[in-house]
Amino acid sequence: MMSFITGVGLTSYGRHEGSSSLDLMSKAAELAISDAGLKRAEIDGVLCGYSTVSPHIMLATVFAEHFGIRPSYAHAVQVGGATGLAMTMLAHHLVQAGVARHVLVVGGENRLTGQSRDASILALAQVGHPDYEVPLGPTIPAYYGLVASRYMHEYGATQEDLAEFAVLMRTHAMSHPGAQFHEPISVADVMASKPVALPLKLLDCCPVSDGGAAFVVSREPTAEAAVRVRGCAQAHTHQHVTAAPALSELGAEIAIARAKQAAGVAISDVRYAAVYDSFTITLAMLLEDLGLAARGEAASRVRAGYFGREGEMPLNTHGGLLSYGHCGVGGAMAHLVETHLQMTGRAGNRQVRDASIALLHGDGGVLSSHVSMFLERMR
Amino acid sequence: MNGDWTTGAETIAYQCCAACGHVQYFRRSFCSVCGAPDPVEKRASGEGTVYATSLVCRAATPETRAHIPYNIILVDAREGFRMMAHGDNDLVIGDKVTARFAQFAGRLVPYFAKSKL
Repeated sequence: MMSFITGVGLTSYGRHEGSSSLDLMSKAAELAISDAGLKRAEIDGVLCGYSTVSPHIMLATVFAEHFGIRPSYAHAVQVGGATGLAMTMLAHHLVQAGVARHVLVVGGENRLTGQSRDASILALAQVGHPDYEVPLGPTIPAYYGLVASRYMHEYGATQEDLAEFAVLMRTHAMSHPGAQFHEPISVADVMASKPVALPLKLLDCCPVSDGGAAFVVSREPTAEAAVRVRGCAQAHTHQHVTAAPALSELGAEIAIARAKQAAGVAISDVRYAAVYDSFTITLAMLLEDLGLAARGEAASRVRAGYFGREGEMPLNTHGGLLSYGHCGVGGAMAHLVETHLQMTGRAGNRQVRDASIALLHGDGGVLSSHVSMFLERMR
Repeated sequence: MNGDWTTGAETIAYQCCAACGHVQYFRRSFCSVCGAPDPVEKRASGEGTVYATSLVCRAATPETRAHIPYNIILVDAREGFRMMAHGDNDLVIGDKVTARFAQFAGRLVPYFAKSKL
């Protein structure tokens, strides 16, 4: 048995004044179902993420009722930034097991206009330990700032090195009309941006956005082009940064090793990469943990053009979380949407030469939860 | 022991498993490695080494904003556990540090400065 990504849908990210989380989820779902060439009644499975603006204990059913479908299988999934790929992995297994024929995977949130930026930052900081971390006033950037300081210490990386990733993602976003940011930035701009949680500055951090993303995972292809899930795996080593293992023992390395085994794929087979980039440090570390760059070498590969649209390993060609935007669960789902467009030759002015095998990786918490996935174009 | 800083006492506490010797910082009624019940509660020396730092310049509440910039640090305690705390803004990774306690946003928090040699 196999599973195929048969349709994808993505809204623009940024401000969607007046749109609720359900509105954004519905918009993306409509696009994905239509892209798959399906009718909404053919969707028999629904997996959705969460919304910090509109928390609900049964979001999948709330969504299904709102959207107007009656699935035979539905529930929400919560793994922070790894939720999108975790849902895709579950959909893959559900479809393979014959539980559902067409699973809609959907995420969307009006995180930017639905609440204050402070409320967003505060809600997200609660991934910290309620007794031993949160009373100290950390923020998500501070958790990653800690990791960044250690990474820089161990591998001799500089703030300028990290800035390269922000510049690369902005360069990519400039050619996507749906991206939140289109103004070019330089390493100097990143260095001069406001300090948030040093060594991270404003332009090292992804923005807060409104937006929605969805895809359909099916038992058979529904169109000429067929993109299948070749294999995937997870790893969960800790929740809190205080309890994180050493930098060389993080979950990304464990997840990618398991995924390579499940898929029978080597990193040298990969032609396109979609990697979680909540902060510049996240992207730098994950690229190295996944084996897309040697330890401490990711920034020099960016400078050499390796991860550019024309490079050997095009990366997040839509601009990633850093510049396409981050609306919560939908944020990293945009990476998969873009990957699918690249794999099916529909990425327009962003089209890369070859995206026949893609590696996707998501990270939730503070490098806590990881999902690695290989997609392959069959025809 | 009558609590630690998380309950307002000027103490850093940790637990040690009588069965396997594992040292843990987050309080539980069992050892997170071997599962044995009732790990022994101990009082830490407050001595350690800086593992990581992040100077927070943008806070999310009025109470914490009054303190910016403040340095969030991870310290490897002499007793073998890692903890999050506050510290002097000029601390760097590898510094030997000693804890005292400070008020932060209406709470008592551990605060580290370089150890006097």
